[in-house]
Amino acid sequence: MVKSENKRMFLALGVASLFLAVSGTGNAKVEGDTIVLGAAVSLTGKYSTNGKNTHDGYELVVKRINEMGGVKVGGKSYKLKVTYYDDESTPARGAQLAERLINQDGVQFLLGPYSSGLTKAIAPVTEKYKIPHVEGNGAARELFKQGYRYLFAVLSTSDYYLREAVNLAAEVAKSQGKSPSKLKIAMAFENDPFSQDVRDGVIEDAKRHGMKIVIDDKLPPELNDMSATLTKVKAVKPDLLVVSGHAKGAVLTARQVKEMQVDVPMVATTHCDSAKLAQTMPAESEGLLCASQWDRQLSYKDKWFGSADDYAIRFAKEFNYTPPYQAAESSAAVLVYIDAFTRAQSFDKEKVRDAIAATDIMTFYGPVKFDKTGMNTAKPMVLYQIQKGEYKVVAPSKFASSKLEYPRKLPK
Amino acid sequence: MPVSKTGRGDFSTMDSIQLLFQAPVLSVQLLLDGMLIGAIFALAAYGMALVWGVMNVINIAQGEFVMLGGYVAFFLYAAGVHPFFGIPLAAVVLFLFGWSLYKTIIFRIVDKDLFISILATFGLSILLQQLANELFGADVRTAESGFGTLVLFDGQVTVAEIKLVAFIAALALGGLLLLFLKQSRLGQAIRATAQNARAARIMGIDTDRVYAATFGLNAAICGAAGALVAMTWIIHPYLGLPYTIRSFMIVIVAGLGNVAAVLVAGLGLGAAENFAGFIFGAEYQAAFVFGLLVIILMWRRFWLNRQRRYLK
Repeated sequence: MVKSENKRMFLALGVASLFLAVSGTGNAKVEGDTIVLGAAVSLTGKYSTNGKNTHDGYELVVKRINEMGGVKVGGKSYKLKVTYYDDESTPARGAQLAERLINQDGVQFLLGPYSSGLTKAIAPVTEKYKIPHVEGNGAARELFKQGYRYLFAVLSTSDYYLREAVNLAAEVAKSQGKSPSKLKIAMAFENDPFSQDVRDGVIEDAKRHGMKIVIDDKLPPELNDMSATLTKVKAVKPDLLVVSGHAKGAVLTARQVKEMQVDVPMVATTHCDSAKLAQTMPAESEGLLCASQWDRQLSYKDKWFGSADDYAIRFAKEFNYTPPYQAAESSAAVLVYIDAFTRAQSFDKEKVRDAIAATDIMTFYGPVKFDKTGMNTAKPMVLYQIQKGEYKVVAPSKFASSKLEYPRKLPK
Repeated sequence: MPVSKTGRGDFSTMDSIQLLFQAPVLSVQLLLDGMLIGAIFALAAYGMALVWGVMNVINIAQGEFVMLGGYVAFFLYAAGVHPFFGIPLAAVVLFLFGWSLYKTIIFRIVDKDLFISILATFGLSILLQQLANELFGADVRTAESGFGTLVLFDGQVTVAEIKLVAFIAALALGGLLLLFLKQSRLGQAIRATAQNARAARIMGIDTDRVYAATFGLNAAICGAAGALVAMTWIIHPYLGLPYTIRSFMIVIVAGLGNVAAVLVAGLGLGAAENFAGFIFGAEYQAAFVFGLLVIILMWRRFWLNRQRRYLK
């Protein structure tokens, strides 16, 4: 009898200590004088390049803020730290890690992963635990149609990526005395949430101008060759070719449009910069239009980094590569937290969430102001053209630092 | 015409087929492109047939060898050497790599069930992908060969010279391999082992060495193919699987012992794939390959069960 009671006692104690252990880590959001943010980023798997950009973007702000004396909340200076896990570029793993960050590590403020797919997996988790989630790399429009209260994005949503190309084509047509409704568009988009959003945006604006879509191919995720699609493009001679297939799509477009001599006066794609087109294949990519969230030539400024160019210089010094916009938007996400902490003067996650919702700041990355759904509606997308191996901003016209070269000369 | 929400805009499958009839020259383009890439598929497939026939191992990491060969060519190119020299170099590097893989891992699965070999090499393929990702990064790379484009029929048909070069190189490599298997002592030993490993051992052939050489040879062929891929398209750590699947399919169609059949199947697959991409849209290009694989597997099932194939 005594024995079994002892056993039960042990069991109870064991369970109790387990609970203690779990709840003990429960308020680790601020450890001593350090604010801990959490992020699952893709350090391995197919997104690992952009995952690293995201990680480096976060780290640069952490370093800079700590250098500048930290964040002042309630008269005390707090240092910043980010706890990272590798989500292996798989959404299921991302969701698991978000749970882990929140439940085991006690993180109360989350930064986004890379890609819309991962953000889609993590957003329901942060919503469930009512944890603020500021991200700079999930651009899918769908994310902001779910009524999420805790998700905020500093970047333009993906349907805006190539709208500008359609509008630019219309502008050019008008200036040549042609009606935009005469234009034919060929589209090739990867079959993933991001690219399909880009497609929706293009279709919407094409409709607005009354343009005709003559090719609408979906590219497979294991894309290695676009020649079948390009054969078609060559045959129907469109006025504008738009492609979105991450870095693979960008490289293949540049290469195979040249190889197959597909003479289209305007070719626009996403991800030129993460594909390093201008650096690695300047001849093939000459004249290509590229969508970008941000560029160092833009005239934005803030108190943490200075100008967009200052940011780029600091970044290059730290990580030995020029920051693509994926890094810049990640940095901007951390800046939103910094600003929110200072205004909330609290680490209460509800107060911080409300402070984030009320954000209205200028950063090196551009203005940040969220609408009710959590999208940043203040910042426009830019379009560059690769001219002599360099990215030159050509649209929208009010930020453009260079003139569009039209029609695109087919590289020989 | 309105753009349907889910559909393919104003351009349908029927339009694509019509276009083919209106401009027959497009078929020439598709056929050429398809056959030129088909030769590279055939190369990797031949390596797979070799390993399968000799060692009874289905190597799922085939595509990863192609990927690694691509990186050899890319790094050579990045160092300022013309990537064409990457073909022999990739072959040598991958031969050594394949040999050491055999000595550490593959020898354990040679006499085992076919299923074990699939599992083991599948694991190997994941390992190689992730290692490549870790070491080289996930960036999409390409090795610029500097070749131009041949323009035929008033610019209606274009052939990238590099594809032509790749085609010829693939054929030459295949020919060399055949010669090696027929003429050299090691080649003869490989064939003998394929026919009857036990008898070969009795006759004094060191079958372990033969296996190692075979696996190395396969890796070398894939490496060379990879170098061609890097010059023709793009490489990144995750490109392997489509090459493995295409190899598998070609081997299934062509059988284990027939080089000419492997080549024909490779060219045919390349062309069929390109036509499917044109007619149904690029999203169905891969689906078409997989669909074809299922049909062929069903068709070949009984046949494969009944006959025993040798590397002749």
